[in-house]
Amino acid sequence: MATVAGCTPHGRSSRTQRPHLSKMERVIVSMQDPDQGVKMRSQRLLITAIPHAVAGETRGHPGGAGRRGLRPLRLSRAGRDVVEWLVQKFCISEEEALHLGTLLAQHGYIYPLHESRDLTLRPDETPYRFQTPYFWTSTLWPAAELDYAIYLAKKNIQKQGALVDYEKEHYTQLHKKINHAWDLVVMQAREQLRAAKQRRKGDRLVISCQEQTYWLVNRPPPGVPNILEQGPERGSYNSSRVQMIERFRKALGRNRVKSSVCLEAYLKFSSQHGPHDPILSGCLPSNPWITDDVTYWAMNAPKVAAPTKLRVERWSFSFRELLDDPVGRGHFMDFLQKEFSAENLSFWEACEELRFGGQAQVPALVDAVYQQFLAPGAARWVNIDSRTMEWTLEGMRQPHRYVLDAAQLHIYMLMKKDSYPRFLKSDIYKGLLEEAVIPLETKRRAFPFLRKPLHSSPSPVLQSTPEEPAVTSTPAGGNGKQ
Amino acid sequence: MATDGLHENETLASLKSEAESLKGKLEEERAKLHDVELHQVAERVEALGQFVMKTRRTLKGHGNKVLCMDWCKDKRRVVSSSQDGKVIVWDSFTTNKEHAVTMPCTWVMACAYAPSGCAIACGGLDNKCSVYPLTFDKNENMAAKKKSVAMHTNYLSACSFTNSDMQILTASGDGTCALWDVESGQLLQSFHGHGADVLCLDLAPSETGNTFVSGGCDKKAMVWDMRSGQCVQAFETHESDVNSVRYYPSGDAFASGSDDATCRLYDLRADREVAIYSKESIIFGASSVDFSLSGRLLFAGYNDYTINVWDVLKGSRVSILFGHENRVSTLRVSPDGTAFCSGSWDHTLRVWA
Repeated sequence: MATVAGCTPHGRSSRTQRPHLSKMERVIVSMQDPDQGVKMRSQRLLITAIPHAVAGETRGHPGGAGRRGLRPLRLSRAGRDVVEWLVQKFCISEEEALHLGTLLAQHGYIYPLHESRDLTLRPDETPYRFQTPYFWTSTLWPAAELDYAIYLAKKNIQKQGALVDYEKEHYTQLHKKINHAWDLVVMQAREQLRAAKQRRKGDRLVISCQEQTYWLVNRPPPGVPNILEQGPERGSYNSSRVQMIERFRKALGRNRVKSSVCLEAYLKFSSQHGPHDPILSGCLPSNPWITDDVTYWAMNAPKVAAPTKLRVERWSFSFRELLDDPVGRGHFMDFLQKEFSAENLSFWEACEELRFGGQAQVPALVDAVYQQFLAPGAARWVNIDSRTMEWTLEGMRQPHRYVLDAAQLHIYMLMKKDSYPRFLKSDIYKGLLEEAVIPLETKRRAFPFLRKPLHSSPSPVLQSTPEEPAVTSTPAGGNGKQ
Repeated sequence: MATDGLHENETLASLKSEAESLKGKLEEERAKLHDVELHQVAERVEALGQFVMKTRRTLKGHGNKVLCMDWCKDKRRVVSSSQDGKVIVWDSFTTNKEHAVTMPCTWVMACAYAPSGCAIACGGLDNKCSVYPLTFDKNENMAAKKKSVAMHTNYLSACSFTNSDMQILTASGDGTCALWDVESGQLLQSFHGHGADVLCLDLAPSETGNTFVSGGCDKKAMVWDMRSGQCVQAFETHESDVNSVRYYPSGDAFASGSDDATCRLYDLRADREVAIYSKESIIFGASSVDFSLSGRLLFAGYNDYTINVWDVLKGSRVSILFGHENRVSTLRVSPDGTAFCSGSWDHTLRVWA
């Protein structure tokens, strides 16, 4: 079947490979900008200090230092200046600039001319050069074993003892593995070395540094993270236009709320919950992670007898907060019992059990709920409107886990709009708020000798029924073990 | 044959233009109700003070990259999984290892603690999600009681128990999410719609509905109705893979972290993106995000080994945390908000407070 190039029934777009690489490259390019880039230093370096250089050789070169063994390398930048440039460009701290610069080096985009095996950014006079785009990591050329073998062979031939331990190991392994092609490897290595000799010393030096950097990235030394590793391969995007159109149509029909209303809600939520956010506002008596004192956890255990003030306050934030807290829910149940509507909460709990329970239990649970709450004359009959009741009973002919959703929602709303506000105004709640504990702050240095040794608290696994020992706190706080 | 090709091209072209025009209309509609930016509204809010968070615990013991972690409801235990197949349960307060199991596969990218604290779930390149009951019986081999629950046709990227130990929600490289009955392994519902690998999911803290959000390699974040299997809302503003999604504590919004080096906040009622958390100096992808208890702070772990802390309302970065020596792959705030835990490719987990 004839297809026009690229067209398929599905829209296909290729994955952007590693977006961070192109971003790094933009930074690198900016760094080299003649006006806005990192300032260049005219640096003179002893050639003998640079690897692979042969001491004493000076061919005639323009702009030479006029002294033996020195050659200006105008195209390098001092590490210190790179850091400074990053600080200015991105308005970040020196620590962050150093970190970012090191990442650039680790990814092979810049390399130091001294100790060139260590791809990190040093905030000093160390000269750095930019890697040639030919070797940029984003090309993602698979670094072939043959190429690596040739590179190592070159190093080995050029200078005895030039290979370090892990390189020697690789070399030996490769020698074994591609033994059959070893003559080729050596031949290539010799050829490349010979061709390199045609170049000027300075260029030869630079090229060998570039190559070394490339291999440091592609064959990192032990202990250095392999920046090329990405984890399991991810698929490429393949969308059905038809599905997309359907989704857009549906979305167009939605009701939306004004941004101002939605965003105000965040402000309200954040300000209400701010004091309850331990990371933001601290927690009393102290944050266990900071002081090693677990009193905070003991005082806020799921079923503690004396809840803290903050906790009791939270029950007034929303109906959900109340229900989510076993202590809160327990008190709410007590309240409902006084109002003779406890069956509502029990019904709601039974529905939750159905929704989140095991598949095998569904029919039995549905039946149990029916018998207890919905059947005419049921012991704990719940009052739902006739239409919902009809609907529910109809659905129960073929019970599934969502069959009680409508009824559950009705009862939930009833409790939320009616019982819950009354609970908050009730004496029960007011009393709880008054009695609630406010722990005193415990600073680490206040108990220098009473510091509890770190030991495991009982795991949930050991407890068949999750009952925490009741902790009675005096208003004075502390762990009572004075 | 030639005419078939032509006809197909017309249909394709018309589909493409229809999709584009609908997309444009949708953007217009969304824009109509966008009367103010979050940072403008947040001008009245007091700025956050000096922010100091340090590593309080370091969990060492994994022999390879840590890929995922989850907290137990008891606020101190955590489960973590790694590239070499090891899944470890720690009491992170004492740093003791309490359980360990070796999965028969590498790259265990997903793990979760059951609400009861009595089981864990995990999976990865085995394309499955398995549940292991936790036991302190020395004679029992944890692997013996393993239950294979979910079966996907590609790697498992995320898993989460719902409100009970009896249901698990999974996300997979096969482009789908699925809801499973743990006891029987039965598939209760599947969710199709992502055009590529699904990388993350989070259950909504909603009071009545069952919804969850997922993010994928198609750059989309999608909100699903657990009951019907339908996608109820979709957001596509990221420029690259969405690695992590997490609901704002009120349930009205969620945050996402992506390979495009940004985190974003999407409001469900406004049906749009309402904030971008980004900085020019942040170049590497965000792998994992989570909110502090009040939703004021967003913690995000990045592939550049750092953790950035964002002021959710003002949109500015509050702090940058150094410490990990390789990618931060996973990050979760503890259930009571006293700390957060980060896991990294440097083989360690750190608890920060």
